[in-house]
Amino acid sequence: MSLQVMKSGFLSLVQDYGRYGYQSIGVTNGGPLDEHAFLWANRLLGNHYNAPQIEVSYGAFSATFLENTMMAICGADLSATVNDQAIKPWQSYAVYAGDTISFKAPAYYGKSDGKGDGKGRGLRCYLAVKGGFTVEPQLDSCSTVVREKLGGITQDGEKLAAGDSVKYLPQAHELATGVPSTFVTAYPKKITLRFIPNSSATSAGEEALHTFTKHTYQVTPNIDRMGYRLSGEVIHTPLEGIISQGISLGSIQVPKDGQPIVLMRDRQTMGGYPLLGCVASLDLSKLSQSLPGTELSFTPISVEAAEAELIEHKRFFRVAH
Amino acid sequence: MNIVRTSENTVLILFEQVIDAEHFSVINNIVHKIKKDMAENIVDIIPSYASIHITFDLLAISGISFTQKLSKLLLNYEHVNSHVKSDIQNAAVIEIPVYYGSEVALDLPYIAQQAQMTESDVVDIHTSKIYDVYAIGFLPCFAYLGNVDARIATARKPTPRQKVTRGSVGIADQQTAIYPSESPGGWQIIGRTPIHLIDYNSSNLTRFSTGDKVKFTAMSKSDYLQMGGEW
Repeated sequence: MSLQVMKSGFLSLVQDYGRYGYQSIGVTNGGPLDEHAFLWANRLLGNHYNAPQIEVSYGAFSATFLENTMMAICGADLSATVNDQAIKPWQSYAVYAGDTISFKAPAYYGKSDGKGDGKGRGLRCYLAVKGGFTVEPQLDSCSTVVREKLGGITQDGEKLAAGDSVKYLPQAHELATGVPSTFVTAYPKKITLRFIPNSSATSAGEEALHTFTKHTYQVTPNIDRMGYRLSGEVIHTPLEGIISQGISLGSIQVPKDGQPIVLMRDRQTMGGYPLLGCVASLDLSKLSQSLPGTELSFTPISVEAAEAELIEHKRFFRVAH
Repeated sequence: MNIVRTSENTVLILFEQVIDAEHFSVINNIVHKIKKDMAENIVDIIPSYASIHITFDLLAISGISFTQKLSKLLLNYEHVNSHVKSDIQNAAVIEIPVYYGSEVALDLPYIAQQAQMTESDVVDIHTSKIYDVYAIGFLPCFAYLGNVDARIATARKPTPRQKVTRGSVGIADQQTAIYPSESPGGWQIIGRTPIHLIDYNSSNLTRFSTGDKVKFTAMSKSDYLQMGGEW
């Protein structure tokens, strides 16, 4: 009664919606980097919003279903196949015991080298089964945080490896469904992210905000589940550092080299760098799918407008908090 | 103090930006008050030296209402400041035994040299103080303890170690801390404790909360080994 992992891929992790209520002891939230894709995969299957899935980052993952079920993939187009037949993301599918799903490495932008078509297809794809994978939670969540040695099928933060079995219960086949096209995300090479500016005593200051919004920044190869390092016009701030304080999801930090970092799901709970603000929660999904080289523009949004949007999003997907 | 709305569902209460025991005890009292009075609206809370970061449940309360409720609580609090302070003085002292031997005290010679004293003087100074848990972060249950006596305060290593062993006790400027798990890190290591600070599968997850008091005691090599200490 499981999915048998044949090829681990670069970073394939069991994730539910995340681990909450433990930040006071330094435990991060974890959870899906692309919340939009994750929640759609569960919704397509009629799952609870928190049902565990596999976040396949950078592809090269393959696994065999040992029971019939309905499954869905959402997010990056990693040229997935079932038994060598191409399948598209943002859809659910009926699979049979013995079927093998495979993902390839992400397609890169490059056009001049003849390899890419100049379009991005994202980095991470979510694989969900009806009813969710059955994974024992640890501190109320099965989200895998490698750095904290927490979560996952072995409860020690290990990423999935060839030979692992991820349990699920067999399910009857149903009609396959797809995400309405207006909700399917594209991953272009230039994107605009909205952010809630910070002008508190521990912010990087007005001049820094001015520089940040007047220039574009590129996603560097230095990206992981903790944070995305960007490069571009150097941001000057009068503050060298700040007294360590709790850090919100999506915070944009300015370290000493003046190159901003956006903090993601596995960020440390506290940080000591001045802040520019916070990327709107819903836009973090787009950022998490951005390949190195993606050009980012940042535009301010009021906290009230971002809050209203996030409430609507959470109600739509029936998220509990 | 002021309340900053940092994101859709988070606020940061910023106090005067200083690190000071007296100042911190007021913040710690406010943390207790918030946890007690506003629990149903709170998803996560991160107290620190001079701030409190809160994630609220935006489906249960709007950002505006939450901020108003918080302002009211803080306002009321200013009036009762002085007498709530007594709670903190009663906090129990958590004792942590540490082996300061040369097998594990990798940077003790360096600190002694910088401070121009003997290694055992450094240990005496480190064990003579009762420290406050100012904040928990960096790693699960990594508690920032302060303040270290100025005579032995030492800057972080210029290049962090790739691997610091679990239980290592370190100093970074005027802070001291124990590595609850193996991790890269740049603190100057002066000893190691055999005590496990975090157990994800226990109902008592960790030994520390912010506001706790901690004292280090020197232990012998044989006690260290007997308690399961490793090199």
